[in-house]
This record gives sequence, structure tokens and C-alpha cells, in this order.
Amino acid sequence: MRHAFWLVVTFDAELAEIALRSLRVTLTALVIACLIALPLAALLAVRRFRWRRATIALLNALMGLPPVVVGLIVYIFLSRSGPFGALGLLFTPTAMIVAQVIIIVPLIASIAHQSLRELWAEYHDLLISMNVTQMQKMRTLIWDARRALLTAALAGFGRGIGEVGAIMIVGGNIDNATRVLTTAIALETGKGEFALALALGFVLIALALGVNLAIHWIGQTERDSRW
Amino acid sequence: MKQTLLLALLTLFASGMAHAADQMRMAVTTSFHNSGLADVLLPQIANDLDLEVQLLVVGTGQALKLGEAGDVDAILVHSRAAEEAFVEGGYGTHRREIMYNDFVFVGPANDPAIIGGAGAAEDVLQRIAEAEAVFVSRGDDSGTHKKELSLWAEAGLDADTFDGWYNAVGAGMGAALNTASGLNAYVLSDRASWLNFGNKGDLVLLFAGDPVLFNQYAYLPVNPARHDHVKSDLAAKLERWLTSAPAQALIVGYTIEGETLFVFNAE
Amino acid sequence: MVTELFPVTLKGAETSRRGKRLVGPVDLSLDGQGLCVVLGPNGSGKTTLLRLMHGTARLTGGTVQWACDMDTARHHQAFVFQRPVVLRRTVEENLTYPLRLRGVDRKAAKAAAQDWAERVGLGQHLTRRAMVLSGGEQQKLAIARALITNPALVFLDEPTASLDGRAMREIEAILLQAKADGTRLILSTHDMGQARRIADEVVFILGGQVHETGPAKMFFDTPKTPEARAFLKGDIVE
Ligand SMILES: Nc1ncnc2c1ncn2[C@@H]1O[C@H](COP(=O)(O)OP(=O)(O)OP(=O)(O)O)[C@@H](O)[C@H]1O
Ligand SMILES: [Mg+2]
Repeated sequence: MRHAFWLVVTFDAELAEIALRSLRVTLTALVIACLIALPLAALLAVRRFRWRRATIALLNALMGLPPVVVGLIVYIFLSRSGPFGALGLLFTPTAMIVAQVIIIVPLIASIAHQSLRELWAEYHDLLISMNVTQMQKMRTLIWDARRALLTAALAGFGRGIGEVGAIMIVGGNIDNATRVLTTAIALETGKGEFALALALGFVLIALALGVNLAIHWIGQTERDSRW
Repeated sequence: MKQTLLLALLTLFASGMAHAADQMRMAVTTSFHNSGLADVLLPQIANDLDLEVQLLVVGTGQALKLGEAGDVDAILVHSRAAEEAFVEGGYGTHRREIMYNDFVFVGPANDPAIIGGAGAAEDVLQRIAEAEAVFVSRGDDSGTHKKELSLWAEAGLDADTFDGWYNAVGAGMGAALNTASGLNAYVLSDRASWLNFGNKGDLVLLFAGDPVLFNQYAYLPVNPARHDHVKSDLAAKLERWLTSAPAQALIVGYTIEGETLFVFNAE
Repeated sequence: MVTELFPVTLKGAETSRRGKRLVGPVDLSLDGQGLCVVLGPNGSGKTTLLRLMHGTARLTGGTVQWACDMDTARHHQAFVFQRPVVLRRTVEENLTYPLRLRGVDRKAAKAAAQDWAERVGLGQHLTRRAMVLSGGEQQKLAIARALITNPALVFLDEPTASLDGRAMREIEAILLQAKADGTRLILSTHDMGQARRIADEVVFILGGQVHETGPAKMFFDTPKTPEARAFLKGDIVE
């Protein structure tokens, strides 16, 4: 335990690099996932189309998708002998981002849909009366529900940054290339290096908390400046 | 304020890592990686060849699969029969022996099955089975696991028939050692993993030295005829380096706690 | 602009839900002047009639014909709901919203918001969240947001139903001013007093049927149908 704290305090270069990589992979995945999930959630809220209910049910089901299975499927697709093999993406950070996007899109979309649906019930009459376009409806909903959506994004970030099964499979945990906090923890635990594993764990927790606090703090400053 | 944050994020995303000019991927076994030898060899390779070797640390089974699928450029494993089948199947161009280390039996210090006094590996296993002493098996189809199964067979025993005392964990060497440490059980480990293992607890090395426990590592470049994207020139360059005198010096000079781990035997 | 929309003519217009007719068939024609009050007790179909004309209730029979096409007509209308709908934004952003949708630039929209907030007595509250305003303030905001695009016609569905006397009078004053500025108003209410105060013409609706239409004075002085007479006397009519 003491040793672990010491490792965190001294924060050596390798630890920093791994932590940064974790952050970079997950934040990139988060941005992409939000770009997919939020419009999707808004569309599901404002538009009645044939497969709407089925899509919502599917999203909810996909939320419980085991990450390892996602990892395995992405692996098979990206492997040189798989359909997207020519891209040569297996064992790269890009592959890890792809896997994380798939894992967190359903989560973000489901949570976002809940709040957007509520807001839509509130706004429905007004926006219909104003004859706004589908696009404007979606933008209005997303903007006005941004606090709730931030929470959805945070949930996605939490799930992404703490995920190990899928990115271990598609990233390969290559030193200096695809090793991130969670896979490094798995590796060090495997070597019986509990102090280092624990130190990495502290960093992981600190990152997760730090990003959460930072985002809440942004929301807070916005509130203060306005209300 | 927000600008600062944005800037910080941009820096974060822009900060790529410095890479060597060339990169190749090699699948290696967990036991090789746990030996720590890679940490000595890779910087030297980067230095001598300006080549970054990215290691995929997996079990022998998966290493061979990665080679078959063309997801790596070369593999370094220790399971002779499987390697020969790999080359036979046209997945690898050839098999080049590099070095060997050995397997050891590790167990609780009080040695309930008294394997310390055994004469041969066969004898060790018979004593453990006799005493029904708790035993941890990798159970993950790795080279080490295959070795263990072949040793049971040579001892005239069938691992499938064992009950409660035989625990197949289905995990890597480190995890198996962790389990053994927790259960105070016997386990077959490669020497390097054992020496590097940080959570020994009550476990000690009890038996080693029988030649059947030797563990030959071989280097197999993936066949470019099957996968034309494979970097076979880099793989060949790496092979030349691994079999060279400077590599030999590093390999035989590598010690943990004063013990030499590997014997260089490339021809 | 007014001439573009009017007259509006309803011919046998009706709306049904699950086979049950809620309103209609209605035959009605309105031109582009003054404040028309749709009067009737609770559940008589006032909201539905307004929505039918506005085009947000499904027309299941008959026609609603504007002097221009439906889209243009809708573009020049606004609707203030019985229960005010405010966006989860500041008062200012609520007011600029319809302008920004119409491509008005930010600066002009802000100036208009400031102007309208002052006109309805919300000048002090521009930067407050609309959600925390009182019911009366929210209703004023909704009215200002409806008027800010300078529409030809504004529907107001019982805009003062849940407000006290003071707020009611303030809102009536705003509406009379809007009328004076040339906006056509169609307002529903079950409050006869209010109808007497502000109506230029009355549409009396009961049980989904329009029973009487005409100038306000005529309706209040000489109601033609027995139902209207009863309603005016203060009897409970079904
Ligand atoms: N969507 C709907 N589905 C079924 N019935 C409806 C629907 N909308 C309205 N109704 C019914 O139609 C009738 C007229 O409703 P409407 O809301 O138009 O009355 P109103 O005159 O506005 O009443 P109030 O003064 O209470 O606002 C009522 O009996 C109502 O229950
Ligand atoms: Mg109503």
C-alpha cells in the first residue's frame, strides 16, 4: 500500500504515458459515441417511425452487452483475415476506440433518450405549433437537455475508461502502443506486482473522478454566470 | 477558462509518441514476457536496427492463431509440435531455435507431497497425485499447459481423471502463480516467471533440472506468401539480430536474483 | 399581411378520436379584424376547435380553408397554450427562440427580446430561468414569445384561466394593445366577464358544436339559442 502511494506520488513517465493514453482513447471514443448516440436518442424521441420501439428495445438490450463479446466481434472483423482486415487496424488505439464506441453508444443513447423523451413531452405542443423542422426539434431538445446529457456522457466515460475485456482483446496490451490503465492493471496483477497494479488503480480512480469533477464544474460555472 | 481546457485537450490529443522508423509486431508467450528478457532486448533492437518491435503477449495457442491470421509478423513461442504444424501448414516460412530455459516445480515450503527428494519429473507428479496435494494447472492450452499435460502422460497419469485437488485456472502464468500462492498449492512454472513473480507467499522452488523440463524457444516468421502485408524483411532483420553475437551476449548475460535464465542455442 | 390569411372558412370541419367526434361539424367564417372570443364551458371543445383551425388537431372531416396555403398560414400564426409551455432557458432565450428559428440575427433578436420583455413587464427578469417564473409571468412570457414574430393571428387558449384578477387585467391590456397594433386574436375562455370585457365577436361552443357566432354586443344583448341564454344567465349547461 505504502509502495503504491509512493509510485503515484513520484508519477513516473511511463505511468503518465499510460494514463494519458487511457484518457485519449476513452475521450475520443466518448466524443464519437456522443455524436452518434445523442442525435439517435433525439430522433427516437421526436420521430414516430416503424422500427422506433424495436430500436429502443434493442438499445436497452445492447446496454447489457458484455464488453468481451464486443471485443471478440471487433477482433474478428478487424483481424487480417476478417472483413476489415485490409485496414490493418487490429492492435491499434483506433481498434480500442471502435470497441469502446460500440460499448458506450447504447448506454449513452438509452440514458439520453429517457431525458429527451421527457423534455419532448414538455415541448411537443409548442414545437409542433411553431412548425419547426425535424432537425431544429432535435437541436432544441439536445441543447435544452444538455445537463442530463452530460450525465449520460459521464456514464459512458465511466464505462469506457474502466473497461478492460474488450480493449485487451482488440488492443493487445502492447507496451508503448496500446497499453492503457486497465490492461496494465490486469498485466501487473498477473505478474503479482500488486503495488504497481494498485498504483495504476489509484490513477484510474483519480482520472475518473477528475473528469467527473471537471465536467460538473463546467456545468456549475455556466449556472453561476447565468442564473 | 474554457479555452484553457480546450487547449489542454488538444495538447493531450496531439501528443503522439516518438516512434522508431520501422515497426513490426511479434506474438510472444506470457512466460517469455514475464521473464523480463524482452525489456533488455527491445531497447537494444530499437538501438541497433531502428526497429520498434511491438509485443503481443498471449498464450502459445493464440500466438499461433495470430500468425495464421496474419495479425503479427513473427512469433516467438515454445511448443515444438505446434510450431512444426504451423510451418507445415504454410503459415510460417521456417522455424528457428533461439534459446531455451526450463520449467520448475513450485510448491508450499513444507512440501506435503515430498517432491523435494524426487529423482525425475515423472516421480514428482506421481508423488503429488499420490498425496492428492493441491495442484494448480494453467488449463489455458498454452505451451506451459501442454508441457504439463505431456508430463502427466509420461508419468502414466491422466489429468482428466483428477478430482478436487487439481485446479485448472484457465489463465496466464502470473494468474496461476497467484492462485497457487493463495491455495498454497503445487504448480509448474517456467523459471523466469517464477523468479520475477512478486507474490510468492509461502511458495518455494522445490524441483528442477530434469532435461525433460527444458523449454525450447523458437522464432517463426509469418509466411508472406499467405499474407502479403506481412513485413517479412523486418522479420528477417530481427531474426538475424536474434541469432547474432550481441543478442547471445545479452541473453546469456540476463540474470534474475543472480541466476542465469536462458541458454542460447541458435545455429 | 392580414389580408394574406383571411378570411378563414371552416366547412363541416370536424375532428374525431377513436370514432368519437370531439368537435364538429363546424361551419364558420372569420375575417382578419379584432378579437374573437371562443366561449364555452369546460370540455365543450374550445381547445380542440382552436387546434383544429391552427392545424395541430387532425381534421377528420370537412375543410379548413385559409386565403393562402396551409404552410404560409401557419407561418403567420402563433399559439399560446392553456398551460404555458416555456423552454428550459432564460427569459431572453425564450423570446429570441422563434426569431432565431426564422433566421433573425442574434443582435436584432436580443433587442426585440428586450423590447417585448419590457412590454409585458418582464424587463427585470431577462436573465432568469423561465422555469422559475410565477404562473402569471410564464403566461406573459408565452404571450410575448407568440407576439414577437409579429404574427397575423394569435390563438390564445384560456390564457388567464389560472390567474388572479391583477394578472388577468395586465394580460388583457397586452392583448388589447396587440389588437390595436393590428394582430388578429382568437381567444378561448369560459369566463363570461372576460368575454364581455374584450370580445369584438363571439363564437359560442357547447358539446363540440358551434351554437352561435356574431358580434359580441349582439350575442350578449340578444342571444338566439336557448343554450346561450342559459349560459349567459349563469346556469350550468351541458
Ligand atoms: N386527444 C384526445 N383524446 C380523446 N378525447 C379528447 C382529446 N382531446 C380532447 N378530448 C375530449 O374532447 C372534449 C373537448 O376537449 P377540449 O380540450 O377541446 O375542451 P375545452 O373546451 O378546451 O375544455 P377546458 O375548458 O376544460 O379547457 C373533451 O371531452 C375532451 O375530453
Ligand atoms: Mg381547453
